[in-house]
Amino acid sequence: MQIYNGKGVSGGIAIGRIRVYKKRGQEINCISVTDTDKELIRFRDAKKEAARQLDILYEKALKDLGEENAAIFEAHQMILEDIDFNESVEAIVQSKNVNIEYAVFETGKKIAEIFAQMDDSYMKERAADVKDVSERLLNILKGASDEIFISDEPVIIAARELAPSETIQLDKSKVLSFVTTLGSSNSHTAILARMMAIPAVARVELPLDDSIDGKLGIVDGEAGLIYVEPDEETCKEMQLKKQQEHQKQKMLQQLRGKESTTSDGQKVMLYANIGSVEDIDAAVRNDAEGVGLFRTEFIYMEKEDYPTEEEQFQIYKQAAEKMEGRRIIIRTLDIGADKKCDYFGMEQEENPALGCRAIRICLMRPEIFETQLRALYRASNYGKIAIMYPMITSIKEIRRIKEIVSKVKAELKAEGIPYGNLEQGIMIETPAAVFISKELAREVDFFSIGTNDLTQYALAIDRQNTKLDEFYDAHHPSVLRMISMVVENAHQAGIWVGICGELGADPQITKEFLAMEVDELSMSPESILQIRKIIRETNVREYKMKK
Amino acid sequence: MKEFKYTISDAMGIHARPAGILAKAARAFACDVKIARGEKTVDCKGIIGIMGLGVKKGDEVTVIFDGEDEDAAYDKIISLMKENL
Repeated sequence: MQIYNGKGVSGGIAIGRIRVYKKRGQEINCISVTDTDKELIRFRDAKKEAARQLDILYEKALKDLGEENAAIFEAHQMILEDIDFNESVEAIVQSKNVNIEYAVFETGKKIAEIFAQMDDSYMKERAADVKDVSERLLNILKGASDEIFISDEPVIIAARELAPSETIQLDKSKVLSFVTTLGSSNSHTAILARMMAIPAVARVELPLDDSIDGKLGIVDGEAGLIYVEPDEETCKEMQLKKQQEHQKQKMLQQLRGKESTTSDGQKVMLYANIGSVEDIDAAVRNDAEGVGLFRTEFIYMEKEDYPTEEEQFQIYKQAAEKMEGRRIIIRTLDIGADKKCDYFGMEQEENPALGCRAIRICLMRPEIFETQLRALYRASNYGKIAIMYPMITSIKEIRRIKEIVSKVKAELKAEGIPYGNLEQGIMIETPAAVFISKELAREVDFFSIGTNDLTQYALAIDRQNTKLDEFYDAHHPSVLRMISMVVENAHQAGIWVGICGELGADPQITKEFLAMEVDELSMSPESILQIRKIIRETNVREYKMKK
Repeated sequence: MKEFKYTISDAMGIHARPAGILAKAARAFACDVKIARGEKTVDCKGIIGIMGLGVKKGDEVTVIFDGEDEDAAYDKIISLMKENL
């Protein structure tokens, strides 16, 4: 048995096989074929598609990075057409009667090796270009653009780190736990794990190779421990722990249907954060009283082109219907920073967290924004939808949003399409918004405080940078004071205010939020019952007196 | 058959980009175009072969043309070499 230590970022126990996930790497099997012509036709078609992809990359690079840097994709095109490359592929298929995938893989490997052995460091690097081209072809031949397959049975995934675009494509039912050698409690894998209520451990010094791949493993998300090939005693102990957790869950389930009210009668709305219509099941299962944050960026990130109005309308309609009249707050597109979409063609930025993201993109490219707003307004006939705008820093932005909203409404009216009246709210996630919250409160129906970004901007700490964890304090007094100030200003203007960042689910601070009289807490569905338990056990007046 | 010798003055040698330019240009002609450094000779119509020569600054290469349109190919390739390398 080996034990590895890391930072527990999502609680729970997982027992199962470990699967090492490596980017781009793929297993290629050698298969005998009889019809080699068919294989060569597949090769020709794959090359055509690869050339098309490279054209797009070249154009994009030309625009974003200039000709010098774009030339690399031209070189990739040349490799694709290269005589040695093609002759080698064709020779392998015809002489060995094997599948084209194997021939491409072998050729890529062989040529990459030649480059890797050259004594020039520049030329050594070119091995990567040859591999890149053969991998592109293999991906195309596989039929899936870049779909991620893990396993038929649920596994513990071990990886360096998963990008949001990768986690999106995972079949979540096959994931027991995430174990990463990088990452932090704020990385996407951790947030996703908490959302899925599965254990996750980050920053484990785990060898991502055959020494763990396929082996039995146990992840203790609370303790941040990974046991590889555990002994019998550990297995028993962990199984017991898993059962206890299960018991605790069962106890929490008894809180379903109960009110989220303190013992001295203060009521809080407990809502769920979701990223897709499917997540509503978890929200309902955990007795969410509404949806406090529907992140719509995933709708965009899953696609290879802009989702149409109709596609979005269907999603929002379905979500609203599933919530059966309970409030569902849908946040407009919050892309940029660490969440990217290739087809947006965004330029590289020095500082994406302070760059072109969220509402800024929507205001700069109103056609994208209008499509989403039309879909939302059309869906408003099917439930209690509220719209929320992210990354607000000024009154001017709200005025511009309102203009666009009026235009969209007028168009729908002219087209005879019915729509309901939607509550309009904003995210408070920049210090700027905090300090003008008094003025902002007069413009909108509600606030929702995004504590992740607010903390990052207040403390000037990049939440993806794991080296800074020791400086990061989720309960920093500056953040708590800002939240208190926002709540006060909201209430003075007569609007309600919620919290939808990770802090909303932090049991250590729930009482503090109750004392501030926060109206709504939105969190991963799995946290709801635990927070309800705390709320019901709290007497706010007594808590305030003790302080 | 025609040939010329050329000494590379570009600091990076024949790296990916000029190799691509040469291969693309050579392919436009019907004649055989070969490029050699020392003992090793490769087809000048393939980027991988050219890059595989590992030509560095100061190396002398020989480009050999053989075929109907060799004159035109000669002119084109020599001017590209002067321009890029």
